[in-house]
Amino acid sequence: MEHYISILTKAIFIENILLAYFLGMCSFLAISKKVDTSIGLGFAVIFVLTITAPSNWAIHNFLLRDGALSWLNPDYGLNGSNTINLSFLNSIIFIAVIAAMVQLVEMTLDRFAPTLYISLGIFLPLIAVNCAILGGSMFLVEREYTFIESTVYGFGSGIGFFLAITSMAAIRHRIRYSNVPMQLRGVGITMLLTGLVSMAFMAFSGIDL
Amino acid sequence: MAVFDKKSKEALVDPLMKSNPITLQVLGICSALAVTVQLNTAVVMTLAVVSVLTVSNTVISLLRTMIPGKVRIIVQLSIIASLVILTDQILQAYMYDVSKQLSVFVALIITNCIVMGRAEAYAMQNTPGKSFLDGLGNGLGYGGILISVAFFRELLGSGSIYGIQIVPDSLYAAGYQNMGLMVLSPGAFIILGLIVWVHRIASGVEEE
Repeated sequence: MEHYISILTKAIFIENILLAYFLGMCSFLAISKKVDTSIGLGFAVIFVLTITAPSNWAIHNFLLRDGALSWLNPDYGLNGSNTINLSFLNSIIFIAVIAAMVQLVEMTLDRFAPTLYISLGIFLPLIAVNCAILGGSMFLVEREYTFIESTVYGFGSGIGFFLAITSMAAIRHRIRYSNVPMQLRGVGITMLLTGLVSMAFMAFSGIDL
Repeated sequence: MAVFDKKSKEALVDPLMKSNPITLQVLGICSALAVTVQLNTAVVMTLAVVSVLTVSNTVISLLRTMIPGKVRIIVQLSIIASLVILTDQILQAYMYDVSKQLSVFVALIITNCIVMGRAEAYAMQNTPGKSFLDGLGNGLGYGGILISVAFFRELLGSGSIYGIQIVPDSLYAAGYQNMGLMVLSPGAFIILGLIVWVHRIASGVEEE
């Protein structure tokens, strides 16, 4: 149990997917202008990351990994005579899975939770090409997480993204009436502020559970 | 005979300064920052992005009349993903160490908004020749920023450029220290923020 809590805190604070790995910056910069839209996008990211991380884990471990097809025929396994390694297909399959999952989530929400669908509505399609989602899936492959670990990691990364984007939206809301130099407005000042927030998150890096 | 007509020249030159993909179009920042701790990785990343962007723009432009409007995003995405996989495999084969350092960020070129953005905004409407130049221009504009961020981060953070020590030992002996902040992620945000500022002053662009 402690192990999972440690992965969770690591994903949320110490190795925050946005502030430490710079993933999802595009939508972060575009959406963080308003607090309520950032909350919407944040929830959508948590939702989609928690679903895509375990499904991509399963696809990687049962279909694409080196020797993963041994359940079809022992010959295809690691010690078989005809080992199959499809891991070069990782990225293209992952992006397809993410796009399909987003579509599926959209349809399910539309059918069973229309209010949630309306509030997340516009953000769901945007998420299919969000680097944070694909990055999450790539990282769980690189770090060789287990099924539960990757679910926890996906959820934690989503929370991390949510925290980062909502706090940035709140800060941008506050500086709206500040006298920022003309050319620094918009992207420039947001980058500098993100740097400061990221520095604050660095403070968590000493914590080891 | 002029090699380029005016529009082709604009497609190539504009993204370098006037409509730079990172500082002015604000596309593709995701993968731009993570690889800028060292100049070495930034240069390789630039090469990867330039080649993917140029080829994808050309291919998508060649196919633009054949791609049905409704499924164009998926078609573009699969073309880009195949090119990225190709680049990743080449890097793993010939530059294994650098490819290990870049880790997942080469694969993440797929979701780099700049590639999709140029395909959608330019290659779908223009001829292959112009799209090729547009891809090259945007790739180089992107690389220029990437390399300048990496230059400052490596110089201030490790006191070296391209792995060669620049800051003399005598300066360290006099009490100079490397800025640890530059190696960490906040350094990248701050340097990029400052570069955007300087660039916007230079080109006179203001938001809103």
